[in-house]
Amino acid sequence: MTVDNLINWFPFGAEWPVITFVSAVLICAIPVFLFIAVYALVAIYGELKISSFMQDKVGPMGQGVGLHAGKWGLLQPVADALKLILKEDIIPESADKKLFILAPFVVFVGAFITFAALPFSQEIIVADMNIGVFYILAVSSLGVIGIILAGWSSNNKWSLYGAMRSAAQIVSYEIPAGLSIITIVMLTGTLSMQGIIISQQGIIWGFLPNWIIFNNPFSFIAFFIFFISGVAECNRTPFDIPEAESELVAGAYTEYSGMRYAFFFLSEYANMFVVSGVAVAAFLGGWNSPIPGFMDSPPWGLFWFIGKSMSLIFLMIWFRWTFPRLRVDQLMSVCWKVFLPVSFVNIFGVGIWNLLVG
Amino acid sequence: MGIVHGDLMTLNIGPQHPSTHGVLRLKVKTDGEIISEVEPYIGYLHRCFEKHCENVTYDQVIPYTDRCDYIASMNNNFGYAVAVEELMKIKVPERVEYIRVIVAELNRIASHLLALGTFGLDVGAFTPFLYMFRDRERILDIFEVLCGARLLYNYIWVGGVSHDFPKEFVKIVYSFLDYFEPKIKEYNEILTYNKIFIERTADVGVMPPEVAISYGVSGPNLRGSGVQWDIRKNETYSIYEKFDFDIPVGSGIMGTVGDCWDRYYVRMQEMPQSAKIIRQALKAIPEGNVHQALPKKIRPPKGFIYKRTESPRGDLAYYIVSDGSPIPFRLKMRSPAFTALSVLGEISQGWMMSDVIAILGSLDIVLGEIDR
Repeated sequence: MTVDNLINWFPFGAEWPVITFVSAVLICAIPVFLFIAVYALVAIYGELKISSFMQDKVGPMGQGVGLHAGKWGLLQPVADALKLILKEDIIPESADKKLFILAPFVVFVGAFITFAALPFSQEIIVADMNIGVFYILAVSSLGVIGIILAGWSSNNKWSLYGAMRSAAQIVSYEIPAGLSIITIVMLTGTLSMQGIIISQQGIIWGFLPNWIIFNNPFSFIAFFIFFISGVAECNRTPFDIPEAESELVAGAYTEYSGMRYAFFFLSEYANMFVVSGVAVAAFLGGWNSPIPGFMDSPPWGLFWFIGKSMSLIFLMIWFRWTFPRLRVDQLMSVCWKVFLPVSFVNIFGVGIWNLLVG
Repeated sequence: MGIVHGDLMTLNIGPQHPSTHGVLRLKVKTDGEIISEVEPYIGYLHRCFEKHCENVTYDQVIPYTDRCDYIASMNNNFGYAVAVEELMKIKVPERVEYIRVIVAELNRIASHLLALGTFGLDVGAFTPFLYMFRDRERILDIFEVLCGARLLYNYIWVGGVSHDFPKEFVKIVYSFLDYFEPKIKEYNEILTYNKIFIERTADVGVMPPEVAISYGVSGPNLRGSGVQWDIRKNETYSIYEKFDFDIPVGSGIMGTVGDCWDRYYVRMQEMPQSAKIIRQALKAIPEGNVHQALPKKIRPPKGFIYKRTESPRGDLAYYIVSDGSPIPFRLKMRSPAFTALSVLGEISQGWMMSDVIAILGSLDIVLGEIDR
């Protein structure tokens, strides 16, 4: 399902190109939005339950009579969402009203448009651009503008702190993430997401699937750099210093409530999926089956892609409930003093590997 | 760290803030992330404890002492009871002394668990906090069995305790100790030796021993700076001289002596020592009466007493002046958390926002005791 296919399929494409284009985009956007909403509910439930099991408690459980959280607390995320929708929306008196209202949308749009280039399966991708990887790297950092807007317009010192920290963090971690992706481009010779995944079919070293993570030792390191940088870009623990609740109350989101806050929350979860999805597509074979040839048909592609992404999201949840938080200068020094040099060495290493082995 | 100097921004941390451990306001002057001045403002929880005490009888003071350091009420009761008994020059039955030591040490473990858990929370680790609260909960359950209350016990009275151990109580405490002692390893695995935790706490907020002594800091905070000073050993009271236990001191394993990690680790090491004391006390506890025969209205002779005891937070002292009437003429409580808070401004200069929160957490203050 690509936008191009839809446009070609529309019978009146030639007469009204603008209407055709807009309706084709909308037809693709609605399922993506629904997917994000449903996935966020699942992820929130997962976060609640996984954290509970890690912390020796049961988490949300339905019991007793009357309105409750359903079997095993399955309705808890629904209740949370309802609460956020129904909650009073407060805009502080001294806030910059326009920017305050705009900020959550910018953040959400930054996360949402990235889904356009995520290859869910062999056929399901909104737009298989020939610069897909480049596009994802470019638009996924749009969210930081929204966070800065939120922090500045709230007219609150905590929000400002959070926004400045977030800006520094996301902009810094873009660089090692981008440099890790360059190794993929060097190995596969394409920027298209589908192209990268197609090049990962088959078997390598006799028994392993031909995923880029197994291709050579440098890409193995690149995967970790990319994933950790991705966690940092999502502002997840141990890199959650922009909204460090014990220091900055809620960072850039301090003054937000109700549905506006929910949008930030939704974007965080959407970003987690984007980072995991790109990591899966670039390093872990995308929609390819882990056992080449086994359940490798197109319908299974969706299953493998979402399954692999969810395992990486589980890893993020695991991080969050295990690690303390880094300090802002430590966070920066990890990025600039460790990840950046290692990434450069990686690019060099992959180049030599390609020359000698590949 | 800070080479570029801009204008200073004044930031109010608190009175409502997730990490102020009560109702505390820190007026902070910051240069970006770097702190140049911290000034604690206290008094939001002031309840006129000392003035109240001048209007109630000696027995009636005890529930008030509960509410000072509400994390370690048993130790507050204990200190007050010991002070009044020394003023009256009476000796309590042997069994009472043992019961007091057992409950005080149990409460010390509970208090340290809360201190360490919330310290973990301050540096962003949520799970250790819940592990420690889970185990603290078991101690509170034990106290509930003992006296019906979970937080404010009013258990240790002048001349005795409110009532004897219930049936099976010794067994419950033993089963708790058997459960608890291996858990220390679990805490160490998830928090103490976590690389990020060490990065965040080692070398941060170093309190040199001279500074600690000149500010009158006591308890685990002082011991974290490498000074071996524990009232239980150095100025022994009750029956602490009968027990064999160590005084752990900070030795700068991960960084400098007196950093946040040392203060944390001293508390961590004190918990097994408390468990050791409880085991010895449970083994040696004699049978007997738990009430000293006292007149209904306690009238200590004219005079005054300054009695120090070791609460989980340090040197907790009561200064009581008696004029021979059943009501204290003057009662002053020396709060260990107050001195710990007063050193905050000195040791957090030049550190970052996040460090100030960590340093405050490592000092383990209870605002109920500071404001009284």
